[in-house]
Amino acid sequence: MRGPFIRRLLGPQNRHLWFWIFVGPFVLGLTLFTYVPLAWSAYLSFFDAHNTVSPTDFVGFDNYTAMLGDDAFTDSLVTFLVFTAFIVPATYVLSLGLALMVNRLRWAQAFFRSVFFLPVACSYVVAALIWKISIFNGVRFGLANTVLGWFGADQTAWLSSTDPPWYWLVIVTVRLWLQAGFYMVLFLAGLQRISPRLYEAAAVDGARPGWQVFRHITFPQLRATSVAVVLLLVINAFQAFDEFYNLLSDSRGYPPYARPPLVYLYYTALGQEQNLGLGSAGAVILALIIAVVTVVQARWFGLGRKED
Amino acid sequence: MSMSRRRLLGAGGGLALTGALASACGSNTGRGGDDHAGQPVIEQWYHQYGEPGTEQAVRRYADAFEQANVRVQWRPGNYDQQTAAALLTDSGPDVFEASGPTLDQIQGGQVVDLTELLSEAKDDFNQAVLEQKTYQGKVWGIPQVIDTQLLYYRKSLLEDAGLEPPRTLDALIDAAKKLTTKEVKGLFLGNDGGPGVLAGTPLNAAGLSLVTEDGKVGFDDPAAARTLGKLHQLYAEKSLLLGAPSDWSDPAAFTQGLTAMQWSGLWALPQVQKALGDDFGVLPFPQDGPDGKPAVPVGAYGAAVSAKTKHKAEAKAYVKWLWVDRTEYQEDFALRYGFHIPARISLARKAAKLRSGAAGEAARYATDYGHVSEPLLWTAASKTDYQDALSRIIKGGANPDRELRSVIRKAEAELRRVKKKS
Repeated sequence: MRGPFIRRLLGPQNRHLWFWIFVGPFVLGLTLFTYVPLAWSAYLSFFDAHNTVSPTDFVGFDNYTAMLGDDAFTDSLVTFLVFTAFIVPATYVLSLGLALMVNRLRWAQAFFRSVFFLPVACSYVVAALIWKISIFNGVRFGLANTVLGWFGADQTAWLSSTDPPWYWLVIVTVRLWLQAGFYMVLFLAGLQRISPRLYEAAAVDGARPGWQVFRHITFPQLRATSVAVVLLLVINAFQAFDEFYNLLSDSRGYPPYARPPLVYLYYTALGQEQNLGLGSAGAVILALIIAVVTVVQARWFGLGRKED
Repeated sequence: MSMSRRRLLGAGGGLALTGALASACGSNTGRGGDDHAGQPVIEQWYHQYGEPGTEQAVRRYADAFEQANVRVQWRPGNYDQQTAAALLTDSGPDVFEASGPTLDQIQGGQVVDLTELLSEAKDDFNQAVLEQKTYQGKVWGIPQVIDTQLLYYRKSLLEDAGLEPPRTLDALIDAAKKLTTKEVKGLFLGNDGGPGVLAGTPLNAAGLSLVTEDGKVGFDDPAAARTLGKLHQLYAEKSLLLGAPSDWSDPAAFTQGLTAMQWSGLWALPQVQKALGDDFGVLPFPQDGPDGKPAVPVGAYGAAVSAKTKHKAEAKAYVKWLWVDRTEYQEDFALRYGFHIPARISLARKAAKLRSGAAGEAARYATDYGHVSEPLLWTAASKTDYQDALSRIIKGGANPDRELRSVIRKAEAELRRVKKKS
C-alpha cells in the first residue's frame, strides 16, 4: 500500500516515526525557547538595542568593550568568584558529612535521610524571604537578633551591614540549607555502592577505622560522585540569582555589593534600563566564561573518561 | 538522576499553575455583565496601590467609560520592569500608568504623543510634573496625581530629648544620633541606608540638582561631595534603622516605634495619623551649606498610551476622558484612598484635606520646595551609577569626591547619548 519512500521515511517498524514522536516536542521546545533566544541574544549584542528587540543601529564590538570596561560588571564577576569559593567547598563538606553520618545509622535512617532532604523541596524564593524577613531581619525581634540579644549583643542589620559583610552569612546559609540535602543523597548512593569487601580487606590489613579508612578507601571510591557533585555545584553557583535577588533587592534597585553577574545583567537588560544590546553582550561574555570553566573542569577531573 | 525528572515535572506543574492563575487574574475585569459587548477592548495597567479601595475605584471609573470595554489590570511586583518588558511585545497594555514614560521609551517610539489631549487644561496641571512628562514640547504622559516624600518625626521623642525639629542637615545628623537608643533608632531612610529613596534630594538640599535645566550634569560642584559625605556619618554612628520588616514607603517602622524619624511618602500620612494622632510632624529634607534650601522631591505617575495599541483613538479618548475631563474621578482618586496631591492645580486648591494640619504643611512644602525627583534626562543607567556611588559613600565610607567624579563622567556620556538620538 505505502510507497517505498514513505516506508523508508518511517523506518523499520516505524522506528523513525516513534523517534520523532518522542523526541520531536522536546527538540521543538529546545529550539524555540533556548537556541533561538540564544542566537538572538548574540545578534542583539552587536547593536544599540535600547527598548527594542529588532534594532537597526549596528555598533560592532562597542557593547563588549563597554561591558568589559564597566567596573560594576567586573566587580560582579569577582562577587561570583567569592561566592563560589564559599559555597562549593562548604556544600561539599556539609553534604558529605551528612551522608557519612546518615549512612552509619542503624535505625531511623530513612527518617533522617528524609529530614535532611526535605529543604530541597522548598523554593529559593520562599526560603530567601523567610531568611530575610523572619530570621535575619535587622530589628530586635528578628530570630537571630533575639537569640543574640539573650547574650546582650546589639541588634545587627544582617543584610544591610557592609562592614563586616554579614550579608554573606545570610546568602550562604540559605543556599546551604536548601541544597545540602540533595547532594547528601548523591553521596549516600555513592557510599552504598562501595563494596563491603574493601572494608573487610582493609580491616584484615590492620587499617584503623575512622580517618584512615575514610582517607584511603571511602574518599577514593567516591571519586565519580565527587566529580559530579563539584561540577553541579559550580554550575548551580553560576546560575545564582533567586536568593540574591530576593534577599537584597528593593523597589529602588539593588545595592552595589553581593551583586552576581546575572543580577547585574538583569537590571541592565530587563530592568528599567532596557539596554538589551549591552545586556546581551554581558550574557555572551558570561556564557563564554562558563563554557571555558566547564571544559577545563571536565578535563581536570577526567569527566566521561572510561574507568579502567 | 531520577530526581531531575521529578524536578522537571514539578517545574512544569508550577508553570501550568502560574499560567492558570495568570489567566484567572486576566479575566477578572471586575465587571458582571457584558454591557460593552462588541466594543474595542482596552487593557489598562496600574501598579499595585497599597491603600484599600483604590483598585475598586479605578475599576469603577473604567466601567463608566462608554466608548470602549476597558479592562483594568492591577499589577503587583516590579511594575516598571513589567511595563518595560511588555512594551516590547504586542500583548502589552494599551493604556498604562508610568512613573515616566522614560526618555528611552519616548525616543524609541514606544509611547504615543498625548499633547492634543490637554488642550486648554494644560495650564491647570502642576507645571513641574508636567515638565517631567514633556520632551521637545510634546507631552507623553498625563499626570495622574503628585506624590511627594517627607521627613516624619515623633514630636514627643524629640521633646524628651530636648531637640528642635531639624532644619539643617547637621541638625538632622545630630538629632538622629541623640534619638538613638538600644531599642529605637534615630532615623529610617530605607533598608538600604538611603541611596534608593534619597537619590537626588540631598543634592537639591545643597542647592544643586541631578540635571540642570539646560541638560548638563547638575552636581559637578564641591558642595555635592561635602553634603553626600555627611550622610556617611548617619551610618557610621549607627543612627540609621536598617533591616526593618517593611521598607521606607510603608510607615510601619515609624508607627511601631522602631525609629524616631522616618523618610516616607505623603501617601503614608493617613496611616501615621491614625496610629499616632497628633504626636508627629513633617519636615522637608533639611538644607545644607550656604546655598542650600529645603528639598521635597515630587513625582507623578502619568497615564501613557502604548504605540503598539490596536485602538489608538479609543485609548487616547479614554485617557482624555479619565485624566483630563472627569475631574470628579481625579479628585476621588487622589484624596479618597491613599493621600496624594491632585495633579490639577484647581483641584489641589479646592481640597479641604490639604489645607490644615500636617497635610496642609506637606502640601505647602511640595509647592514651595518641590523638585522633580527623576528628571526626564536622568536615564536609568545614570540612576544606577549614582545610586551605587551613593551607597558606597553612605555605607562604605568611600571618598565622595572620587565616587562623584566617576558618576559625572558616566552621566555626561549618557546625556550625550540621549541628545544624539533626538
